Amino acid sequence: MSQAEDTQTVDEDGVIESVSGPVVTAADLDARMNDVVYVGDEGLMGEVIEIEGNLTTIQVYEETSGVGPGEPVENTGEPLSVDLGPGVLDAIYDGVQRPLDVLEEKMGTAFLDRGVDAPGIDFETEWEFTPTVEVGDAVEAGDVVGEVPETESITHRVMVPPDYEGGEVTATESGEFTVDETVVELDSGEEITMHQEWPVREARPAETKETPTIPLVSGQRILDGLFPIAKGGTAAIPGPFGSGKTVTQHQLAKWADADIVVYVGCGERGNEMTEVIEDFPELEDPQTGKPLMSRTCLIANTSNMPVAARESCIYTGITIAEYFRDMGYDVALMADSTSRWAEAMREISSRLEEMPGEEGYPAYLAASLSEFYERAGKFQLLNGDEGSVTAIGAVSPPGGDFSEPVTQNTLRIVKTFWALDADLAERRHFPSINWNESYSLYRQQLDPWFRENVAEDWPEVRQWAVDVLDEEAELQEIVQLVGKDALPEDQQLTLEVARYLREAWLQQNAFHDVDTYCDPKKTYRMLGAIRTFNDEAFEALDAGVPAEEIQDADALPRLNRMATAEEWNEYIDELESEIESQIRALY
Amino acid sequence: MKEYQTITEISGPLVFAEVDEPVGYDEIVEIETDDGRTLRGQVLESSEGVVSIQVFEGTGGIDRNASVRFLGETMKMPVTEDLLGRVLDGSGNPIDGGPEIVPDDRIDIVGKAINPYSREYPEEFIQTGVSGIDGMNTLVRGQKLPIFSGSGLPHNDLALQIARQASVPEEEEGDDEEGSEFAVIFGAMGITAEEANEFMDDFERTGALERSVVFMNLADDPAVERTVTPRLALTTAEYLAFEKGYHVLVILTDITNYCEALREIGAAREEVPGRRGYPGYMYTDLAQLYERAGRIEGKEGSVTQIPILTMPGDDDTHPIPDLTGYITEGQIVMDRDLNSQGIEPPINVLPSLSRLMDDGIGEGLTRGDHADVSDQMYAAYAEGEDLRDLVNIVGREALSELDNKYLDFADRFEEEFIQQGYDNNRSIDDTIELGWDLLSELPKESLNRIDEDLIAEHYREDETEAAEVSAD
Repeated sequence: MSQAEDTQTVDEDGVIESVSGPVVTAADLDARMNDVVYVGDEGLMGEVIEIEGNLTTIQVYEETSGVGPGEPVENTGEPLSVDLGPGVLDAIYDGVQRPLDVLEEKMGTAFLDRGVDAPGIDFETEWEFTPTVEVGDAVEAGDVVGEVPETESITHRVMVPPDYEGGEVTATESGEFTVDETVVELDSGEEITMHQEWPVREARPAETKETPTIPLVSGQRILDGLFPIAKGGTAAIPGPFGSGKTVTQHQLAKWADADIVVYVGCGERGNEMTEVIEDFPELEDPQTGKPLMSRTCLIANTSNMPVAARESCIYTGITIAEYFRDMGYDVALMADSTSRWAEAMREISSRLEEMPGEEGYPAYLAASLSEFYERAGKFQLLNGDEGSVTAIGAVSPPGGDFSEPVTQNTLRIVKTFWALDADLAERRHFPSINWNESYSLYRQQLDPWFRENVAEDWPEVRQWAVDVLDEEAELQEIVQLVGKDALPEDQQLTLEVARYLREAWLQQNAFHDVDTYCDPKKTYRMLGAIRTFNDEAFEALDAGVPAEEIQDADALPRLNRMATAEEWNEYIDELESEIESQIRALY
Repeated sequence: MKEYQTITEISGPLVFAEVDEPVGYDEIVEIETDDGRTLRGQVLESSEGVVSIQVFEGTGGIDRNASVRFLGETMKMPVTEDLLGRVLDGSGNPIDGGPEIVPDDRIDIVGKAINPYSREYPEEFIQTGVSGIDGMNTLVRGQKLPIFSGSGLPHNDLALQIARQASVPEEEEGDDEEGSEFAVIFGAMGITAEEANEFMDDFERTGALERSVVFMNLADDPAVERTVTPRLALTTAEYLAFEKGYHVLVILTDITNYCEALREIGAAREEVPGRRGYPGYMYTDLAQLYERAGRIEGKEGSVTQIPILTMPGDDDTHPIPDLTGYITEGQIVMDRDLNSQGIEPPINVLPSLSRLMDDGIGEGLTRGDHADVSDQMYAAYAEGEDLRDLVNIVGREALSELDNKYLDFADRFEEEFIQQGYDNNRSIDDTIELGWDLLSELPKESLNRIDEDLIAEHYREDETEAAEVSAD
């Protein structure tokens, strides 16, 4: 969280009037909307959310037990902001950007204490700064003026803050600096440091928003293959508990080919965040071979941490994402789960005794959700470069019922919908994304990329798979009534092909060393192998071979092992030719 | 400490009083009635001049002349290792006639969130001796794994069986048993006296009481007290685990009663209700209980939670199981049909889940083939279950040979694997071997979730033939 000391105007203090959970009312506080205040003798951090006459309502980001009327409230005069600069990556924050490792050290216990503040980035560390501009160069807001090797895999680009005027560079040199030492001076009198602050509730400016045309390759077959998302796109993953939302989010955070990943654990389980904290430093980025953590920023606000900080953590996350976007990076933001965020809004709203909307959610739920997702996108930046933020939000609908307000309002905004299905999860079909309900509106604009980079006939092959799966869904209804054996032979074959599509292709084991990431080319080849079986089988059927004999071909069960094959090109070559020869031998 | 006789309103479990000096939120209050009783309560809302107080023991007997004392501190639990073996009421007072408790420390019962950075990821397998759990939904130390049950189902028997049998396989931690570092905390909220007796009898019969702390809020105890009982239990658990190094298993029953109490308070405060009248902050409130499970880096002990909840109308989309499922790391689901078939314990593995299973099993923890076997059994049982619907329509003869095998598998899975009785303690080896026995009924080629090498090693060749012969 931003340090308050650099503000000149520490406004008049107020006095607590009443306390109800995370909502505190103060009298005589001279504050603006969304100013950050310190509440009570312990100095708990809070934010102004309502002003009515002499009374100011504050949501407090920490536990308020024992705080009582009469205690002071101090205004910092600044909105809730995040510290941006080198040191954000490889960090793990709570919902108001306090580094959790620093908190542990400061508090001296594993439990989160109150009234302890810590800046989002370390002000002591010296970073190696190399200017990319020279004295005499003219720079504007958003321009890159220098570089810092922040982590093994990411170069941090130091920029002219977006609210600066810019001008001619009058002095700069390379060397070791702390984040608030001036590294570039401008003739306008402005001094540029490696540290920027930005209010979280305000989107960082960019030039224009563009149509995204490059996919965010995730290495997950059902996503890349059937429901791709674009870099700069938006997606929702709704599903009841136990259907694999978190595993899907983790898989995306691990394997998506974004430059930077911001992972927001919003109101979820403590142990899950710990898993991320323990796993990521050990995992390798498939693109660079460097530890995954060096491109990741984690924000962990678990379900038992204060509810107001849960409301703010989404904004903290997207602001950090935008900052790296401004450097020209492709950033992926995972929010798990946006339902908890919406519930935090509901809780605060009901404490404020606002008139509730649908199911008790505040009337501004839809507006808040669309505001958040609109901050994603592929942008032309202030400095002329391009950068993107992809936003992927998990949704946890009560009882798995997609008609509830959070899911519905999310679906109106996002263009990719990955519907998780409890039925599939129960039979351990993972990822349990329902292929009949899910959709991606990016398919067409991404097709050219897939044609060029994976295979010329990618869209056609995908359509074939979709058709087979659709046909299976229809046939299954009949099978439910009369049994599989009552179907004509060609339909039985279709069912068999669909079964391989489901079991050998759509299913993917996130916990298997090889299968956890699947190259799009492998995704394509696996599909090709199943199609080879399909084509051969129907030809054999036409030649009079009974379906049962075709299905018994020895090589077929090996389709199920394609996913875990390391030398997949050779494996699939061999398998395809065996399927061909075995089935052809039948007639 | 100031005393007031300024009660202005009494409504349900709430008392409103006027004060002339500030009172802290969540502070503890003592109310003395005319007949000399002292009732305890907690500040729910504190404004300049007026406070609302939630009275734990119920407001019966309070009138406007009762005197109100603010103790100036939030609710604390007196903790000491000597609590082991003691039985306390829902507010933490001894009811077993034993000596007074001399506390080592008094700890705030609200509890602070564990810094996710300081947590240690749970991956130590706990052997419960129940195949449906060990084999299919493995429990690990530091996990919170609720039992989703329904009225009239034997969830208590299962909870007791777990409390009795839970152990960590010896090769990993040899000192586990002799050090008796294992402790059980039992928090009862609104259970009937009969159920309570059942638990107590079992604790006494098996000698488990001496390593247990029991908190009893019975069905006829005040409902509001139920909101405090689990916090007392968990505070004690955290103390024993993180200060004294015990591996603590916390059994909380019945969460449904706890949530009813929350709803009652919410209604009395005239709050805007959420789904089905439960307060909008129920998710946060439940999370503050469930998240108090886990392990902490550098600390010896652990807190493992098994909350029990009865789903109203066996409906798992009801807010209580629904919100619980979103917080806990899985669930064990009891099934009415299996129960009426006489399966003990009637665990339905299909909707059950343990999220921490994948990291708690495998070579060195349980067995290298555990994950594959369990995956395959899930898939095969799900297939069998589907086919049962079909059989009802077309009959068994209309199904293929393979389908019939799946049906047989599903039957044997229930009757042999899940069925084991409450006094039968199966080792993990036995459980997995039993799994192979059942899987060997299916043809080798259909075991697509198991590594080929493992099939070669464990698949019972002759049994298939035997099964085939009998099928012919």
